[in-house]
Amino acid sequence: MSTNDWPLWEIFIRGAHGLSHRHVGSLHAPNAEMAIKNARDVYTRRKEGVSIWAIESSAIAASSPEDKGSLYDPADDKVYRHPTFFDIPDEVGAM
Amino acid sequence: MYAQMVKSTGAGVKSLDEMEPQERAFQERINAGDKIEPKDWMPEGYRKNLIRQIGQHAHSEIVGQLPEGNWITRAPTLERKAILLAKVQDEAGHGLYLYCAAETLGVTRDELTKMLLDGRMKYSSIFNYPTLTWADMGAVGWLVDGAAIMNQVPLQRTSYGPYARAMVRICKEESFHQRQGFDIMMTMAKGTDAQKHMAQDALNRFWGPSLMMFGPSDENSVHSAQSMAWKIKMNSNDELRQKFVDQTVPQAEYLGLTVPDENLKWNEEKGGYDFSQPDWDEFFDVLRGNGPETTERMEARNKAWDDGAWVRDGMMAHAAKKKAMKVAAE
Repeated sequence: MSTNDWPLWEIFIRGAHGLSHRHVGSLHAPNAEMAIKNARDVYTRRKEGVSIWAIESSAIAASSPEDKGSLYDPADDKVYRHPTFFDIPDEVGAM
Repeated sequence: MYAQMVKSTGAGVKSLDEMEPQERAFQERINAGDKIEPKDWMPEGYRKNLIRQIGQHAHSEIVGQLPEGNWITRAPTLERKAILLAKVQDEAGHGLYLYCAAETLGVTRDELTKMLLDGRMKYSSIFNYPTLTWADMGAVGWLVDGAAIMNQVPLQRTSYGPYARAMVRICKEESFHQRQGFDIMMTMAKGTDAQKHMAQDALNRFWGPSLMMFGPSDENSVHSAQSMAWKIKMNSNDELRQKFVDQTVPQAEYLGLTVPDENLKWNEEKGGYDFSQPDWDEFFDVLRGNGPETTERMEARNKAWDDGAWVRDGMMAHAAKKKAMKVAAE
């Protein structure tokens, strides 16, 4: 058994022109170039994308689930950020 | 189903009231249909069980390439060959989606591979049977992939997010696999007497092993009850097997082939077919490692891993060298 494990990469694919890249999964590859080639074989066998991003998983910073409360709390009491907060009379028309 | 007989670590299903607050909150999320994501808290049993199940499923996809790979060079036409190649490549892809889902649970792909190669982890019993004729390519696609779909479609709703998302991708592609198998069967069944005979022979040999894919009855199994409570198993083995038989028998009739079961009979009352159980002694014997092709499959996987070692190491060495050169240049 080799201990020479290939690093893990997270793969993001732009499904079509005009859309943003979306996370589709991960894979192992020795370097960025091979990560893109492997991503083509693993995630776009049926023309699922027009552009691929690969980033080493270890380079990703993520919020943790325990933060759920405190991280998003400030948004809870600011309902006025949504347009539906305001009542606009019907006679004003579309706004 | 690609994961048969996954033993859970739990002793039985706890009621919500018996659970500690953290576990109770977890179970309530599952009951409410929430997805569990990699960094969320989860009971150790849930994590271990999922690693076994997803790992076994991934190994089945990888080992499952071997019986079909056997026929790539001998496909009857260039078109059939290209289609079979694409199918086998999909199986490799399915293995990779699943390994990547398993890795989010804290096990590496190389660790899982090692456990497959030294026999600590299993793959589906079905892939220990030989593929003797081209008609077997039809039977494998039609029956084996058909049985797999039965299990995988509900797993798209499983509670573990990465597993559910892998299943969505897999199910999209599986339907191509089953249709290509049925297409082979249709061609053979409409062909010469010899071809029709081959198609019937393939059905005869793959019928029982396909029914075994769902695993033995688990109506009274605590393992299954726990997995179902965790929503990592969505239906009982018998339920899925019945569904598979009900769907497949009319397809066999369409082909003009005979399902090799003299007890097969439509049961109006239950709205499904009565059928014979497969040979469970044979099933357990195959699981113990005595399948007709078990030794060959394990040898092929070990050989591929060993022969590929220089490529894996060489690629890493090349990547390290390139990185060092880039650092030196900066």
